[in-house]
Amino acid sequence: MLSQDTTSRNLWIAMCAFVLLAFFLPNWLSFLTTVALAKGLVVLGLVLLMRTGLVSFGQGLYYCLGGYVVGILGTYLGVTDVAILLVITIVSSIVISFLLGLLLCRYREIFFAMLTMAFSMILYGILVKSEIFGSTDGFNIEPASLMGWHPAIESLGTWIYLFTVMLTFLFLQGMHRYFRSPLGFAGKAIRENEIRVEYLGVSPKKVILLKYVIAAVLAAVGGALTAMVAGHVDPEMAFWTTSGEFVFIALLGGITHVAAPIIGAIIFEIIRTFAFDLAPYSWQMILGGALLLIIFFLPNGLWSLLPTRKSGGSL
Amino acid sequence: MVILETKGLSKSFGAVTAASEINVVINEGEVVGVIGSNGAGKTTFINMVTGYLKPSEGTIYYRGKNITGLSPRKITRAGICRSFQIAQLFKELTTLENMVIAFRMLENKRLGGFAPLLTEKSVEQSLKELKEYGIDEYSDAVVATLPQGVRKLLDIAMALAGQPALLLLDEPTSGVAIDEKFDLMDTVMNAVNRTGAATLFVEHDMEIIEKYATRVIAFYDGSIIVDAPTSEAMVHPDVKEYIIGTELHRHTEESLDNV
Repeated sequence: MLSQDTTSRNLWIAMCAFVLLAFFLPNWLSFLTTVALAKGLVVLGLVLLMRTGLVSFGQGLYYCLGGYVVGILGTYLGVTDVAILLVITIVSSIVISFLLGLLLCRYREIFFAMLTMAFSMILYGILVKSEIFGSTDGFNIEPASLMGWHPAIESLGTWIYLFTVMLTFLFLQGMHRYFRSPLGFAGKAIRENEIRVEYLGVSPKKVILLKYVIAAVLAAVGGALTAMVAGHVDPEMAFWTTSGEFVFIALLGGITHVAAPIIGAIIFEIIRTFAFDLAPYSWQMILGGALLLIIFFLPNGLWSLLPTRKSGGSL
Repeated sequence: MVILETKGLSKSFGAVTAASEINVVINEGEVVGVIGSNGAGKTTFINMVTGYLKPSEGTIYYRGKNITGLSPRKITRAGICRSFQIAQLFKELTTLENMVIAFRMLENKRLGGFAPLLTEKSVEQSLKELKEYGIDEYSDAVVATLPQGVRKLLDIAMALAGQPALLLLDEPTSGVAIDEKFDLMDTVMNAVNRTGAATLFVEHDMEIIEKYATRVIAFYDGSIIVDAPTSEAMVHPDVKEYIIGTELHRHTEESLDNV
């Protein structure tokens, strides 16, 4: 009945493995992994919404918000400390997602998806028109620091990689506990039957609002980390294709397991990198083909490959 | 003690009047049967009392407090729970998970916190409850695979998990085979007696009404035509003419369908 929870332990082991990898990974691969982990965080938030039955086509909004918070603070205001950047990223994403969430939590299905997309496109539109922030080109970001310590540029990538690994796994641990908590189950309950949830004395809107805010924080942190490692931001981060990419990764990984978004993101980045190398002008076709194959053969994402446990389980 | 009182409750959808001038008083611990043909306003009444529909006119008092127009959530928290004609369950979750969620949500506490939902304690509590309804053997089965009777029982068990003071059952035996109806009602009434909740149930089967209800409210065309102790109501000329007559007719139709 109560299955032994091994996920938490496995996540710690995986984190140690990723930390050790820092010493072996070539620069390009640690860069790729950092970006993948950062995107994995965004997708983790998206998966949280999908488990509640909602697909957001606008997580790019917060991904971009996180990126621009880091960029604007670093380049225009001279704040480069990762701790401060992170706190401001999280606070600003909470404020904005709470306000938008008050409206969004009333919508479901395609209306929710389209509205989230609309909001992210509004941010895209604003940034494209903002010459001070480089319009469509975006701008470069000052290297990050930590409590007055400025790592050498050559090792900066490794430090950001380690920082990303730590953050990612802390969030994974948190989300794993969350998925098993009453609120985690409330998401599934809302997906299955909102009427019953109402009649159990719980407000689906409030639960959805909370989940939307959590998803926004994850996306903003993912965006902030991406900006730090890439050293550059541009409005493309809020464009709908970026949000579409997150949905793609969510489908690739599946929503069954808390680590699925991370694994999905790593595989996605690898496919994309090699597809780009193989066919610089038509790499999207390879991605599209991969997506088709997933939908046809792995409807539950990569997790369909594993033997299914008995129903219920510890999702 | 009066637990529920409605005064002049009416509901119309455009030109259609689904319920008009419904005046009902329900006392603590009473078991009331509601009868009436399809479309007579029985479910509309339940939907208004539980906040699913907002009455066009009239007021609903629960323990002397006006609860008209409150959301289902607030009414549930106040102590009125209901079951549904078509069981409303979390289909992709297991029977046990459904029960645990019902207990947790109805606890009237905040849902927050990172402690797991499924603990030894919560699982044990729910298994015990499922056993009371005789459906514990299905605890690990996903709800979508359950037989109709088990779904109905689970639906009612979830409604009763919050220890309501008033329980409204919308056709508890609909969709259940005739020979299982009495077993189901026995189980339900045992559970109700344990909590002491006042119960109002909608039912088409007059034998079930006679066996379980102490009082009968008969609906016809959106209004109450008879409200009397069961033995009296069953022989009331209006009930005979408007409801039992149509009920017999309905049964005949059903049997003909089955042929």
